[in-house]
Amino acid sequence: MIPELGHFALILALCMSLVLAIVPMIGSLNNTPGWVDLARPAAHGQFIFLVIAFGCLVNAFLSNDFSVLYVARNGNSQLPDIYKISAVWGAHEGSLLLWALILGAWTVAVSLFSRNLPAEMLARVLSVMGMVSIGFLSFLIFTSNPFERIFPVPLEGGDLNPLLQDFGLAIHPPMLYMGYVGMSVAFSFAIASLIGGKLDAAWARWSRPWTLIAWVFLTIGITLGSWWAYYELGWGGWWFWDPVENASFMPWVVATALIHSLAVSEKRGAFKRWTVLLALLAFSLSLLGTFLVRSGVLTSVHSFAADPARGLFILVFLAIVIGSSLTLYAWRAPEVSSGGKFSFFCRETLLLVNNLLLVVVAAFILLGTLAPLVFDAMGWGKISVGFPWFSKMFTIFTPFLVIVMGIGPLARWKRQDPAELAKKLRLALIVSISGGLLVALPLFYEGSAWSGFAVMLSLWLVSTLFISLRQRYQYRGGISGMLRDLGSRGSGSYYGMVIAHFGVAFFIIGITLVTQMDVEQDVRMSPGQTIELGKYNFRFEGTRTIQGPNYRAERGTVRVFDHANKEVAVLSPEKRTYLVQSKPMTEAGIDPGFLRDVYVSLGEPLGGGDWSLRLYYKPFIRWVWLGGILIGLGCLLAATDKRYRVAKSRKVAATQGLSDQSVSEGQPS
Amino acid sequence: MTRFLRYLVPLAIFFVLVVFLYRGLSLDPKLIPSPLIGKAMPQFVLPRLQEPDATISDKDLLGKVSIVNIWASWCVSCRAEHEVLLRLAQTGKVDIYGLNYKDDRANAQRWLSQLGNPYIVNAFDADGRTGIDWGVYGAPETFVIDSKGIIRYKQVGPLTVDILNTKIYPLLKELQPAT
Repeated sequence: MIPELGHFALILALCMSLVLAIVPMIGSLNNTPGWVDLARPAAHGQFIFLVIAFGCLVNAFLSNDFSVLYVARNGNSQLPDIYKISAVWGAHEGSLLLWALILGAWTVAVSLFSRNLPAEMLARVLSVMGMVSIGFLSFLIFTSNPFERIFPVPLEGGDLNPLLQDFGLAIHPPMLYMGYVGMSVAFSFAIASLIGGKLDAAWARWSRPWTLIAWVFLTIGITLGSWWAYYELGWGGWWFWDPVENASFMPWVVATALIHSLAVSEKRGAFKRWTVLLALLAFSLSLLGTFLVRSGVLTSVHSFAADPARGLFILVFLAIVIGSSLTLYAWRAPEVSSGGKFSFFCRETLLLVNNLLLVVVAAFILLGTLAPLVFDAMGWGKISVGFPWFSKMFTIFTPFLVIVMGIGPLARWKRQDPAELAKKLRLALIVSISGGLLVALPLFYEGSAWSGFAVMLSLWLVSTLFISLRQRYQYRGGISGMLRDLGSRGSGSYYGMVIAHFGVAFFIIGITLVTQMDVEQDVRMSPGQTIELGKYNFRFEGTRTIQGPNYRAERGTVRVFDHANKEVAVLSPEKRTYLVQSKPMTEAGIDPGFLRDVYVSLGEPLGGGDWSLRLYYKPFIRWVWLGGILIGLGCLLAATDKRYRVAKSRKVAATQGLSDQSVSEGQPS
Repeated sequence: MTRFLRYLVPLAIFFVLVVFLYRGLSLDPKLIPSPLIGKAMPQFVLPRLQEPDATISDKDLLGKVSIVNIWASWCVSCRAEHEVLLRLAQTGKVDIYGLNYKDDRANAQRWLSQLGNPYIVNAFDADGRTGIDWGVYGAPETFVIDSKGIIRYKQVGPLTVDILNTKIYPLLKELQPAT
């Protein structure tokens, strides 16, 4: 009975989304206030029914209702409760339901926190979100109903894929979806503005906090995914350039360009056509990602059941949404004024350069991801584009990105005297080059050209950020002035930028040093045997069998000693066999550290108590995720900037377009 | 007009993309042409799964058309495929040989007794060495071998009724003209 209620609620949610997509939009076009006002209740109604539907599915998992096909496939009575809940989004149907729920939540959030928007603008934004929702809800109801019943009812469920029985992965998809779907807000704002023909600074100011928050979720989601891959897959990798990973990374890269471009559009009224295109692209790539993941057109380590009928549905949906929005763009964009004037060399130009670089990077990722498909379709044979191709591409573009990233925050808006800027940058140049050389020359450290280069780039970022901070310090009148300044308008986005850019510096060091200096070895070890690797000695103490809630495991014990023979860590890697799917799973034993990880995973038993083991010494690996977290935090701080809240009370100013926006952003200019 | 055209570029790129994606839907990325097709099957001598003392070798497959199916009890897709194999065995059109790949003998035997046994004989490839010779990419995989021991077809991933009808049966008909 309850699953039928869920199914019914889903259908009602679709009805609500139909109302939301049609009525307020028409009302806004022919000025019918009553129709316009329907946007908010329709959005809320849609969300309520989605919550009911989602609750019903959660309930089916928790109560082990195996008469529901989806539960019978992915649930199990032995599953710990937390994984029963995460099993809801462990496969296709449920994860789509989660997607729809999150879209509903974003829609409600927009309706609640955008009271300063003109009514017809809000109606259009919500209405566009409703249109997207129609697509996903009808996809759910017509091709992927999560509430489908099965008869005869199996006694036990097929269990959640053991790979997904992990806390990191329980929260990774919701985070990622929050990011993906959050991009629909910027998209809807862009479409609504294109329809109204009013692309102004106010539009940028409205969409900016939403985009920032969505980007925070996307950043955290990707970071979590990479961390999960690292400790759960048992081969020490943390990014594989897999199509599914690329599907999440492309929107991230474009959204990064978008949040920077929005800043320019908001403050200077420039790049508006470009910004609106980025807003359309960011969400389009999110949708494309869904298509790639769900249709099975590409092979991926994230093997989902592929269904061509579903693939066709998403493709048609994709074509309608993206095709019509790009058509709207082609029709309306030429009418948009190009906005604020600026000279050739200034902060705007630098931001534009980085924007273009980011879009090129995204294009290359798209190319690499789709190349196997294109080659196949053209009959040129089967190819696979692997890790080396993508890392080469990244090594080429990142240095340029970072160099411009260092200069950008120090440059003035509108017009910049190159000589003055060079003077500011001199110190940063000296610091970064000497620091880089210090690492590159084997004099002091293990020495490698690449490590030196990475350190140089990071120091460049860090020192330019310090120069910028010193400027602000002088400008605001010392520490007390800066502290007073903390709550003021614009300070959130300034300090957020500083933190996020510091994160990038950490990230670059982490990514390069771990690639350059990590040591790994596959070994056969007998109990009591010791093997030296990197700075450590590993002693294998044998394994014993343990019993988990729904698995059996062989747990090994590996003691790690440093060269002074002091015990550093005791690691317990496991080889688990989950009882239902009888799938072997590797749980790595990791001793995390700020400067290095020691990582051990169990391979196969080789008889006589011997095992094959994989030992890793991974320097600076934590910096990769630390960078990701800092980037996310910085962006969160920027999203909470006071001026987005101040804007609410200045409703009139906001609606009239803020061309008078102040030019300085924490910079003496 | 040229000013207007510039704004159509994103739409044009997207259109090309959709064409490829549409094409992609009807292509199977898992369909990897095996370098072994048209060549003699790799030699092997392995213990049998059910009679550990007896062996089976590639010589036993000669003289008739046969199917070699690579499977394991830990492989979820193999379970999905099992029904199809049973159906194929029931037709009596062809002998199915199993290559039990990197498996546990007890688990594999339990699998066959519980789910039914479509195989004539199962070779037991505990360390997966023979699987490597056959270029196993991931279980399940299925090969069609002609009477001279030449590999004529390879399927990566589970067999489906559709594949039986469109690929396997026509090929068998071609290879077994007498029947």
